Amino acid sequence: MTVVFGIFLLTLLVITAAAIVRTQNLFVAVMLLGIFSLLIAVNFFILDAADVALTEAAVGAGISTVLFLGALALTSERERLGTRHRWLSLSVVASAALVVLYATFDKPRFGDPSAPVHQHVAPWYLENTPAYIDIPNVVTAVLGSFRGYDTLGEVFVVFTAGIGVLFLLSVRRGGAAPGGTGAPGTPGIGLREHVIPRVVGRLLVPFILLFGLYVQFHGEYGPGGGFQAGALIAAGFILYALVEGEERTLAALPQSWLLALMVGGALLYGAVGLAGIVLGSTFLDYSVLGANPVSGQQIGIILIEAGVGMTVTGVLLAIFHAFASRGRA
Amino acid sequence: MELVLDLVSWVLLSAGGVFVLIGGIGALRMPNLYTRMHAASVTDTMGAGLVLLGVMVQAGLSLATIKLAAILLFLMITSPTASYALANAALLAGIKPNAGHAADEVTEP
Repeated sequence: MTVVFGIFLLTLLVITAAAIVRTQNLFVAVMLLGIFSLLIAVNFFILDAADVALTEAAVGAGISTVLFLGALALTSERERLGTRHRWLSLSVVASAALVVLYATFDKPRFGDPSAPVHQHVAPWYLENTPAYIDIPNVVTAVLGSFRGYDTLGEVFVVFTAGIGVLFLLSVRRGGAAPGGTGAPGTPGIGLREHVIPRVVGRLLVPFILLFGLYVQFHGEYGPGGGFQAGALIAAGFILYALVEGEERTLAALPQSWLLALMVGGALLYGAVGLAGIVLGSTFLDYSVLGANPVSGQQIGIILIEAGVGMTVTGVLLAIFHAFASRGRA
Repeated sequence: MELVLDLVSWVLLSAGGVFVLIGGIGALRMPNLYTRMHAASVTDTMGAGLVLLGVMVQAGLSLATIKLAAILLFLMITSPTASYALANAALLAGIKPNAGHAADEVTEP
């Protein structure tokens, strides 16, 4: 049954991808990309990767759609036709696709229990997580503790990407007022004139933030963690910005706070790592943080997940505001 | 009892599936935007609602049922709002509501 459903979803993915490539209307392409992300999230879910599915649904279908729309508001809705070198690019893509197809011949069959991925370190993680860390969600244990270095790298990738986008987009032209409050009396962007979306949006924002915090702090027990929670909390604020206008959102969560979240999250992660050294162990070893190694691991994972959530929230919101203020200027 | 619950949830899930199918056919076959939206809204309300109810019957009295009820509640609030926003945006973009069989025509404001 899973195989049938998987084939169905993958077929839909191919159709959606072809439609994205074929369409000339970038607005349609953005909507199709949202559908693509949702389909791939369902695909992850039926492969039992609930954590990844949650991230893909929140970031791919939610936030990046809004960011793409923000980018489209700055440019044209139609794709410019490029007719030169079509055959050259087609041949490059075709040969790359053939190489990838050839590489799949060596892969083990779908669901094969003797596949290398199930033989390498995964059994060790599954077997030893209860003893070393004692949390039900092994994904969080691997992500936060066993593979803490990788996650630290990911946080700094997100941080660097945020800094880069801010450098590119948030150039203030002609020394405009910081925060871009504009002249008084100018109609703000947002759906302020529309009662129904505004009321419903305001009703939903606290629940979205609450759900974000739940996903953040429930990550040890179920699917969730800092990346997903950061995306959800950022989505709550973006919804607020869409219904109430961007200025009010900036008044509720100023730019300086966003920068503090971005930097503070990354610093918190690094500081937890250094605390391991200071307390007499190695970098990112949380065992020494608590009374016994197991509770130390749990404290460390909660702290670094909080750092991840802070950085992701800060970066996503800062990028959103950078696009929005650019469109207003 | 088990059999009755299974039958009830089976009927609910099938009816929900039928409504989703009707919504899909309607969204494809209807002539213009507003009628298409009208058809597609069946998917959000009756389709998703009946499917969720069917799954709730399967889940019985458990935490999963409460979560499903919350999903149903949020769906009942958000999807009419999304439909309203879409129709409103279409109206602002200059697409005239046309009850006949005519396709959309855009009037320049």
